[in-house]
Amino acid sequence: METLPIQVTVNGRTYTAEVEPRLLLVHFLRDVLNLTGTHIGCDTTSCGACTVLWNGRPVKSCTVFAVQVDGGEILTVEGLERDGQLHPVQEGFWEEHGLQCGFCTPGMMMTAVALLNENPDPTEEEIRKAISGNLCRCTGYVNIVKAIQYAARKMREGATVHVGGA
Amino acid sequence: MTATAVRGIGMPVKRKEDPRFIRGKGTYVDDIKLPGMLFMDIVRSPHAHARIKRIDVSKALAMPGVIDVITGEELAKANLAWMPTLMGDRQMVLPTDRVVYYAQEVAAVIATDRYTAADAVLAVEVEYEPLPPVLNPFEALKPDAPLVRPDREQKSNHIWHWEAGDKEKTDRAFQEAEVVVAQDLYIPRIHVASIETCGCVANYDPATDKLTIWMTSQAPHAHRTVFSLVTGIPEHKIRIISPDIGGGFGGKVPVYPGYVIATYATLKHKKPIKWIEDRSENLQADSFARDYHIHAELAATRDGKIRGLRVHVVADHGAFDAAANPSRFPAGLFSVCTGSYDMEAAHIQVDGVYTTKPPGGVAYRCSFRVTEAVHTIERMVDLLAHELGMDPAEIRFKNFIQPHQFPYKSPTGWEYDSGNYPAALQKALDMIGYQELRREQAERRARGELMGIGISTFTEIVGAGPSHTFDILGIKMFDSAEIRVHPTGAVIVRIGVQTQGQGHETTFAQIVAEELGIPVEYITVEHGDTDTAPYGLGTYASRSTPTAGAATAVAARKIREKARLIAAHLLEVSPDDLEWKDYAFRVKGAPDRYKTMQEIAFAAYTNFPFGLEPGLEAECYYDPPNLTFPFGAYVCVVDIDRGTGQVKIREFLAVDDCGTIINPMIVEGQIHGGLTMGMAPALFEEIVYDENGTMLTGTFMDYLLPTAVETPHWKTAKTVTPSPHHPLGAKGVGESPTIGAPPAIVNAVVDALSHLGVRHIDIPITPAKVYRILQEKGVAE
Repeated sequence: METLPIQVTVNGRTYTAEVEPRLLLVHFLRDVLNLTGTHIGCDTTSCGACTVLWNGRPVKSCTVFAVQVDGGEILTVEGLERDGQLHPVQEGFWEEHGLQCGFCTPGMMMTAVALLNENPDPTEEEIRKAISGNLCRCTGYVNIVKAIQYAARKMREGATVHVGGA
Repeated sequence: MTATAVRGIGMPVKRKEDPRFIRGKGTYVDDIKLPGMLFMDIVRSPHAHARIKRIDVSKALAMPGVIDVITGEELAKANLAWMPTLMGDRQMVLPTDRVVYYAQEVAAVIATDRYTAADAVLAVEVEYEPLPPVLNPFEALKPDAPLVRPDREQKSNHIWHWEAGDKEKTDRAFQEAEVVVAQDLYIPRIHVASIETCGCVANYDPATDKLTIWMTSQAPHAHRTVFSLVTGIPEHKIRIISPDIGGGFGGKVPVYPGYVIATYATLKHKKPIKWIEDRSENLQADSFARDYHIHAELAATRDGKIRGLRVHVVADHGAFDAAANPSRFPAGLFSVCTGSYDMEAAHIQVDGVYTTKPPGGVAYRCSFRVTEAVHTIERMVDLLAHELGMDPAEIRFKNFIQPHQFPYKSPTGWEYDSGNYPAALQKALDMIGYQELRREQAERRARGELMGIGISTFTEIVGAGPSHTFDILGIKMFDSAEIRVHPTGAVIVRIGVQTQGQGHETTFAQIVAEELGIPVEYITVEHGDTDTAPYGLGTYASRSTPTAGAATAVAARKIREKARLIAAHLLEVSPDDLEWKDYAFRVKGAPDRYKTMQEIAFAAYTNFPFGLEPGLEAECYYDPPNLTFPFGAYVCVVDIDRGTGQVKIREFLAVDDCGTIINPMIVEGQIHGGLTMGMAPALFEEIVYDENGTMLTGTFMDYLLPTAVETPHWKTAKTVTPSPHHPLGAKGVGESPTIGAPPAIVNAVVDALSHLGVRHIDIPITPAKVYRILQEKGVAE
């Protein structure tokens, strides 16, 4: 099958690759770059387990072709921790028991990072609306909301300054 | 050592498993990559019932990258076209002549990558001759119904009949009853839909003659035994690894055809084979839960004392009885349906029926049909209250099994271990302000607004089980733990159960920390690898803490007994002169003379008494003397929109009693998740088929999992009534809320509409269903 060249920066590192035009971004990340933290939970863009940031915006990487992100910047869960320091969102999920099986967690956290970059002090309702494209079957969302509130507090206090989108 | 340092039982210890998950470094089955790995994809039936006339694989085989196409005919030659189910039925792996449900596995493609495999699936040509589908179990029982399973000796769609309780005594109670209420309840098919689908990587290594399967399995040891029996491969040559699992809820207990085909393929091609379902395959073909058609009757005195319960269920099991219940319980523990109420008699009958639908009857986070049981009794008690004009709280207080009646022998033969039902309900009513809510409801009703308050006071039954009663395919339902204390006092614990998100790596470490006085951070818990973990029956039906949790405590206590001998040696006193106090062995009367477990552990390898075996380790295979009976009292407050029929949960309070709590943070998390999975089928989820047996809800666009927007901010509280027979007093909690929540929600909705004459609504209570009722009653806006 025909392939196309792409160049994409993932978690701050630039990769070049030859890919089939139909290769999904999520498979590019998982199977080509071995970044398996981004998960696949459905095939209808419903569950959000595959959420990554593309030029700072959250996208479901099962519904983006790898060739579309040519020249772009991708941030995945593996890129959240910097210099051995957890991102406040990661810290919040751990502190507030915001995860159980962990499968939806990477996508959920990426959506949360995007939300907090845009809205540093969201209400509970705003958080719930922001993560409504990410399904969690284990937690009942209460502690996910608390985890994001924890991260929002932490980021506002300026303990760590992080900017999404690599 | 202080309790704060040890962080044992009762402490909200942050989870030990989380650092890998929040970094995206978990290892789920689809993350496993092996050199030379091939991919498998499955051709599925577009018909619910059809004869297969021809399968032509030539075009698929000719595609570049396609290695093989496996059909039922080929499997039949290896005697693998059929496999046993966990319920003693048999199930097609791949069909040789007919299909019996929509999306059934028909052939499997093996290719070099997943895209090519998916392409080749479309190139496999299958010619079908459609047969009439059998979709309704009542129709299926008619003598002229098409036969779903002509392979069976018995030429009908009836699978089995099962009874519990005392028919004569129950009939007598009904004859003498002053009041009888009766209701048909349908609990529809639903699907656990864990966010990770099912799959495996099967790898046969000819060099070692060993078969290793990474598998989405809630019960790796039981699966290893089944695989050995089905394939004839000696059990020590099979290793099943259940790595990180992205949610289970019962859906990863059965053995699915895909696992078997991938295993066959690796044995054939001597290369690793990966098979991962997509979401549609998962929703369309994996085992389902519920599908119970219930007729229930409750007999009572005019002043509201329940006398008897009579229930008949027609259970739709689909085309194969592939439920995962203990062998002697084809209807699971449904007979616990007398619930939290003391009554003279009950008689329960269940008939299992085949239909041309995917195999059904597994759990949906529900402890072997206990959700169906609790839904039945909690609805019937409310119906009785309506009939008698009593308050639903009042009728419950009047009929509760009282604290002094425990251990309580139920009319269907269960011995409830402990409980205090009035205390739990009173706490719930006080916390939510029940009387005030009733006043508010009256005011709103007067203004034409629809507000309802629903109560559910459920009793769970978990922790299977005593081996004299419980087995799966003959394997007794004990569970196990193995503990090794290293010389420096660090510990490894291996357990026979398998986490799918419940936090075993933390909870079980806390049990050992508490029992041995070793800080929790020095304890590692491993599970899920059949080559290293002790044999266990796996995690489902809330059984981990009641069974393996007990095994862990008992194994730790064995270590402590040996440690006492070493401590006595070190302190030069008699073992009887020592007591275990504040996490150390102390000389009685001289508590400042002591040895910690760390000191003792080092001595166990360096300075042990003469004649004592060196080392410090123990194991326990724990056979519980009884089940445990968690319980709770839930109150739900709903508002109904007269313009849309939408039910909004304004407030939901769950008071749970799961006995001793090991990690309150994890228990609360389990309750939040369980409540959400209780709300889901009450309001949203249902598997629907059209008249041809084609599933209409095969994606997340149609099968609606609750999002954060629909899910309320759950409120939780607790009472603590320890189990008298569990070494820690713990009872298990994972499924209580899934069981208790649905009737609380339905009771609230019916309560909101009761003044309009509404007595019952089947789940899911969708806006459309409610709006139709509002229209009928003339109150729709």
